[in-house]
Amino acid sequence: MYWIALKMLTGDRAKFFGIVMGLTFASLLIYQQGSIFWGLMLRTAGQVTDITGADLWVMDANVRYVDDVKPMLESNLNRVRGVEGVEWAVPLYKGNGRAKLNSTQLVDGDPRAKKGATLKVIEQVILLGLDDASMVGAPVPSKMLAGSLSALRKPDSVVVDFTRLSKLYPGEDWSLQATHKKPVNTLKPDQRRRFEETYGRIPVDGDGKVAFYDLFLGRDFEMNDTRAIIVGVCEATRTFQSNPVVYTTYSRAKNFVPRERKILSYILAKTEKGVAPERVATAIMNQTGLKARTSPEFKADTINYYLKYTGIPINFGITAMLGFLVGTAIAGQTFYNFTLENLKQFGALKAMGATNLRIVGMILLQAAVVGLLGYGLGCGLGALFGVLTDGGELAFHTHPITLPIVGVAIVAICILSSILCIRRVMVLEPAIVFRG
Amino acid sequence: MSSLEFNGNEIAPPPDGIQTAVRVRGVSKYFGKGEQRVAALQGVSWDVYVGQLTMIIGPSGCGKTTLLSVIAGILDADEGSVEIFGNDVTKMNDRTLTRFRAERIGFVFQQYNLLPALTSAENAAVPLVIAGWSKSRAIEKASHVLNSLGMGKKIKSMPNQLSGGQQQRVAIARALVHEPSLLVCDEPTAALDVESGRTVMNLMREAALRADRAVVVVTHDNRVFDFGDRITRMDDGHVAEVRDNVHAPAA
Repeated sequence: MYWIALKMLTGDRAKFFGIVMGLTFASLLIYQQGSIFWGLMLRTAGQVTDITGADLWVMDANVRYVDDVKPMLESNLNRVRGVEGVEWAVPLYKGNGRAKLNSTQLVDGDPRAKKGATLKVIEQVILLGLDDASMVGAPVPSKMLAGSLSALRKPDSVVVDFTRLSKLYPGEDWSLQATHKKPVNTLKPDQRRRFEETYGRIPVDGDGKVAFYDLFLGRDFEMNDTRAIIVGVCEATRTFQSNPVVYTTYSRAKNFVPRERKILSYILAKTEKGVAPERVATAIMNQTGLKARTSPEFKADTINYYLKYTGIPINFGITAMLGFLVGTAIAGQTFYNFTLENLKQFGALKAMGATNLRIVGMILLQAAVVGLLGYGLGCGLGALFGVLTDGGELAFHTHPITLPIVGVAIVAICILSSILCIRRVMVLEPAIVFRG
Repeated sequence: MSSLEFNGNEIAPPPDGIQTAVRVRGVSKYFGKGEQRVAALQGVSWDVYVGQLTMIIGPSGCGKTTLLSVIAGILDADEGSVEIFGNDVTKMNDRTLTRFRAERIGFVFQQYNLLPALTSAENAAVPLVIAGWSKSRAIEKASHVLNSLGMGKKIKSMPNQLSGGQQQRVAIARALVHEPSLLVCDEPTAALDVESGRTVMNLMREAALRADRAVVVVTHDNRVFDFGDRITRMDDGHVAEVRDNVHAPAA
């Protein structure tokens, strides 16, 4: 009997695809909005993710999320170091600096300035001051795209993240950015020409690959009337505020921002081997009155803050809900129409002895098939969307719970559509088949 | 038309050696409520004999399709009883009645009601599938029946590839495939031309009529009246006339 249901479903291709497309659209929209939402939330805690090596973040008791910096007295560093279970503790400065530089318009096409013109850039940056000795919190070597971390020990040196480098140097030929790490011999003639014309050379690393970011090494800019020289370009998680991240040492960071009485933003602490970080966090809180959180806890605090105090979840929720409603409307309506058009056939089946239960089973099977197809296609397209936009501006990260949520939504759409159809079929008198 | 034997609602006993297939007694059926209530059938008493093709004729709205629906067990009578081969369908619960229909009754509809996504053989196999047969066995038997109806070359054709007469033959195959005791047909020739209509009625007599089966045909197509063994004329919810048709072809 169920093969008949499937043949009925797929017999009219246009309607079949209409129903599947409606469900695919709903799945895609919910999946995509959910993933963008989660990607955005992860960006809010990007710096907590990027700063590795320490188990605990220690901060002023009133700090609620990573950007809510409330500076502490430096003496707190020693107090934390004195807590039992703490192996080491180092300072971290986190604040906003103002980078000033004269950039050159190197390529044509920008309506704001002609080629060769000087662009005065003043850009807010997120400044991270790392412990001078240990450099705890610095990007791991694999994240360095150009230069080296050890160069950070040189005077005035900074490491900048690549994602917002274009904000500091808007006049560069950023279309060549995509050639980074590609073998030089794979460059197109046009790319070679643009490298030669704009920079006078093609930057190449020891492996014969394009080292685009090497072009920025040695360039300088000014923060708080202090010179900063770029000695490295690193890969960092894109931040929620979209400002460039600049790494330097803790002591140098003090010079890059206006003088304040308190400058210690966070204390990064490592717990002794075999001691639970949560237990040490409690001890720190009890003994110092400071707040201590493990990295995952602090990440969760940050995300929860944005969830609670910004309209972001509501906005995304509304879009996802619209996807659900539109999907329900399209798929539900098409499915309902499909059933209505087959009502005489269902009536004939009932007249010929098919029970209501079997016909309900047929409708549920049809709903399950289109639901499964719509779910698979929608999530597949959503994942493809994620792959295609990976590494770009778009925040896109699929939380594992997204898939069950989409699944529940699609099941709900299918059930709602089926209920309408089942109701019609249940009350259908088989005698309908004898009415012209 | 031949001589008649009209007894109104007075039921004459069946001729010698002929059994009653359907026994309708005092059946009434109403539609609507209150002032808008309409009596489609008013105390109808009527018999259908085994081995005969019985026709129900009459003007539109006289109740012939309602009577057919009631004896087929797809419409409940408000009053009276209907016995099919000794089984009172008016006393059956839904489940039993549905099973009874699946096993004992075959349907031929005016609009064929073939499933457009199924081939001829698959369409003809539907009653067997409903009865729980496997797909392959059901299609095998349906193909055999289609073959016997001259549709052997159209077994894999879809309904939209068939003419009206061919579609009705598939519908007849579907009605016969599970070897029902009672075949009910609603205007089987209404959508067909004269030639196709006669072919269908011939098939109905040849393939459907058996010593253990009764066929009831509702029609207002006077081109095919001659195919009936007995002709029942209805008028305004009553059986107005019942007559034997001496011109009926031999079964």
